[in-house]
Amino acid sequence: MALLPVKFDLKKRVKLAQTVWFMYWFAVLAGVLVLSMGLFFKIELRKRSELMDNNESHFLPNLLIFMGLVACSINAFGGKVCYDSLDPEKFAKWKAILKTYLVFCVGFNALLLVTALLCFLMRIPMQFTLAEGLRNGMKYYKDTDTPGRCYMKRTLDLMQIEFRCCGNDNYRDWFEIQWVSNRYLDFSAKEVRDRISSNVDGQYLMDGVPFSCCNPSSPRPCIQAQMTNNSAHYSYDHYTEDLNVWKRGCRDALLSYYGGMMNTIGALVILVTMLEVGVTVGMQYVHSSLSSLANPEDPESESEGWLLEKTVKETFTDIMDKMKAMGKGSKVEEGEAAVATVS
Amino acid sequence: MLLKMKFTQQRRVRLAQGLWLMSWLAVMCGAFIFCLGVYLKTELLRRAEVMDNTEIHVVPNILMMVGLASIGTNWVATRVCQDSLDASRFPRWKVLLLVWFAVAALLCCLLISVVVLSYALQGRLEESLKVGLRNGIRFYKDTDVPGRCFQKETIDHLQMEFRCCGNNNFKDWFEVQWVSTRYLDFTSKDVKDRIRSNVDGRYLLDGVPFSCCNPASPRPCLQYHLTDNNAHYNYDYQSEELNLYSRGCRQALTDYYMELMNSTGPGVLSVILIQMSVLVSLRYLQTAVEAATALENPEGESEGYLLEKGVKETFQDVKAKVLDIVKFAQVDPSATEESPGAADAVKPADNTTEKAVSPTPSPAS
Repeated sequence: MALLPVKFDLKKRVKLAQTVWFMYWFAVLAGVLVLSMGLFFKIELRKRSELMDNNESHFLPNLLIFMGLVACSINAFGGKVCYDSLDPEKFAKWKAILKTYLVFCVGFNALLLVTALLCFLMRIPMQFTLAEGLRNGMKYYKDTDTPGRCYMKRTLDLMQIEFRCCGNDNYRDWFEIQWVSNRYLDFSAKEVRDRISSNVDGQYLMDGVPFSCCNPSSPRPCIQAQMTNNSAHYSYDHYTEDLNVWKRGCRDALLSYYGGMMNTIGALVILVTMLEVGVTVGMQYVHSSLSSLANPEDPESESEGWLLEKTVKETFTDIMDKMKAMGKGSKVEEGEAAVATVS
Repeated sequence: MLLKMKFTQQRRVRLAQGLWLMSWLAVMCGAFIFCLGVYLKTELLRRAEVMDNTEIHVVPNILMMVGLASIGTNWVATRVCQDSLDASRFPRWKVLLLVWFAVAALLCCLLISVVVLSYALQGRLEESLKVGLRNGIRFYKDTDVPGRCFQKETIDHLQMEFRCCGNNNFKDWFEVQWVSTRYLDFTSKDVKDRIRSNVDGRYLLDGVPFSCCNPASPRPCLQYHLTDNNAHYNYDYQSEELNLYSRGCRQALTDYYMELMNSTGPGVLSVILIQMSVLVSLRYLQTAVEAATALENPEGESEGYLLEKGVKETFQDVKAKVLDIVKFAQVDPSATEESPGAADAVKPADNTTEKAVSPTPSPAS
């Protein structure tokens, strides 16, 4: 008993083939879309690879690019087969490989679903990469004279301005590192000597932040230095002042940016998966309807199309039997060869 | 005849088909011009707060109008093309085509004027920006005054986005009080000194807002005491060039908008070319088809031309026609006014003609 059988006459078969051909062209466009999304994501990661310590994993965008290319090719092939299915002579040459093609399509659809799932899960490793990268970035902020790190200051400043964030978790992260280079510190001044001797590592720590942390929406000119000292500025209370600098940490800001991007890509990949499943089902019906013609010589005869030739349970047991037979066959051959060598 | 060409039936058909395609291309070009106008207008509106007047808006407005008119005009051309090979349907377009040529020529002239205007209005744009930015810098501190409370945010975002500082350069900030009096401690000596140091009693300082800071500078940004070399370690005011943005915002914005309009220049010029070629081809098609319908054998050869007579003669013809229409309009109202007194007018006219006739024979004799 076949699964979901449908009766087909010539007219219905032609209509089915045309619809599936049309859907295959949409699927090719969908494959191009997946490819372009993978490229876009890769470029975005590259743009900020400095902030991720050049350590970010390009696995997901590479996978998306690969899946996009494969989707384009198999959908183009499927479209060609559909186009030929209306002509019995042309279709005959494709008949043999159609079964393996359909199995391959099912596997590909499963892989697409896994890709979509990965898109949603990639947030977690990204969180750690960003935390590490930003911490190092802030450490190298002052090293504008060290080759290889001289652009870190500019990168961090531009990023804090663009994403409206300050520091790793919040602005206090800047209080814990020395972000003013020694070249600009007057070591003969008492204040500088005091600050350096106030901590174990001899670093010039200050309760100030770089200018890129400033919030333009603040009603008063930005207070960057001596932020925790209420008496240093007129009418200032650092506990209640919340518009002065950006409150959000850059890790959160970047994570929500990339997270949003990945969620969108994941949702689109799920839609593409549904389209692919649709065309696979359509192709299965085309294949089964053309291989079960009541009168093989007459192309205008009636036929039946199905999703699976037998029920799900029977198909499953068939596959298991086939695999067992293949396993036993190889064992028997080995046994015979062993016997032959022994005797 | 000016620039006449022979057309066989085959060539006429080809011309009609080619022109149909080119007219659809011209429709797309019209849509492109419209979108260009919309884009330019939104970009100008985004920064409307730092512009004093809206004179420069004439450029995108003309572009939008011309775009819409060009879509309609070229769509009409496609309809004419479709009917041109059908002898029964073509004659109804006869009058409309004259109007069409005038409109198409007008559109081309408007597009050329847009290109000219975008260069000519540069000075006006600079003036408008100068006044707008000066006001913006003056009202920077008024974050508690309704209507001006967003000036600070606007100017800060502008300076950061366009990488500029002040109107002409960063020294413009030295001449304005940009710190609100709400945040000034009037009991402190420094504040009192600064306020007394100028006539208007303003708190002026040699400092700039944080948005002037250049991220590419190797050292953390120095915003205050900029002219005082001793206030910062290893600092020389004259030679420090990466600390702040060196460009003025007026220059930055003018450059931005000029670049925008210049980059649209080639597009507009190519649209003008396409429109002109549609005009010329339609003229040839019209004359060729009309000549063919006048022949005994409509499928035979006919001649197409741009102008029936030479340029000078056509110009004089047109002038005469226009004067006729004007005279006709002038004579008509005057004739209807004088009709009650027409008899009186005729009598003196007769007398004058008699008088004119009588003296003439006497000198002769």
